[in-house]
Amino acid sequence: MTPMLILEYALSYAQLALIAALGLSCWRMLRGPRAQDRVLAIDTMYINAMLLFLLIGMGSGNVFFFEGALVIAVLGFITTVCAAKFLMRGEVVE
Amino acid sequence: MSHLNDLPPVAALLIALFVVIGSSLALLGSLGLVRLKSFYQRLHAPTLAYSYGTLLIVLGSMAMFSLLEKRPVLHEIVIGIFMLITTPISLLMLGRAALRRDRDSKLGHDEVVPPRLPRDTPRPVQARDLSDYGEGLVDQGLLAHGDKEERIPREPTD
Repeated sequence: MTPMLILEYALSYAQLALIAALGLSCWRMLRGPRAQDRVLAIDTMYINAMLLFLLIGMGSGNVFFFEGALVIAVLGFITTVCAAKFLMRGEVVE
Repeated sequence: MSHLNDLPPVAALLIALFVVIGSSLALLGSLGLVRLKSFYQRLHAPTLAYSYGTLLIVLGSMAMFSLLEKRPVLHEIVIGIFMLITTPISLLMLGRAALRRDRDSKLGHDEVVPPRLPRDTPRPVQARDLSDYGEGLVDQGLLAHGDKEERIPREPTD
């Protein structure tokens, strides 16, 4: 059990845990009693996918997954803000 | 995974610890999103993933790529700073939108929502009794004092 093997197992566990987190928040998005629950679940899914991209980049040693993670983070923020504005006002552009 | 063999052993163990704790916190956040009862409680759960999960995984990624490339690789910190700035904004807007929707829907739902008071009304001295709020896992019956506030029972709709 070398430290490299431990790190490999840790990365695999972390990816599986984030996939499970994606599944849980997807359940909340599909069920969620009201609209704001669904928006919150979509935001959580964005963040979990971003963390999953970072972990895949760490596992494969590829730096370019970072840019995908950054794009996902920006898109998640814009999505949540637009959806919250829509829920509050009934329209996005004022 | 051949590139992992270039890491020093202590650093590998430390990165593994960071990654495991960070992803476990993200999983806990999503579990709270499923398990908690009302929306205002659920709003707090994923912040575990937003703050600590992002922090630990970004730290691990920074340490790993810095040690692999033998130079400081700091561009992951952009994600950390971005999350630090945007998370309060988005969650605050979402919470205010939910509060406004709950007030506008004539309160015919099961959330305990602070009432909208005019500016000149004296504020209540005592806090409202919320002792039986949030118990159990059934999504109804949270509001113990519904009849005192003339709430119109209505099916919550989207």
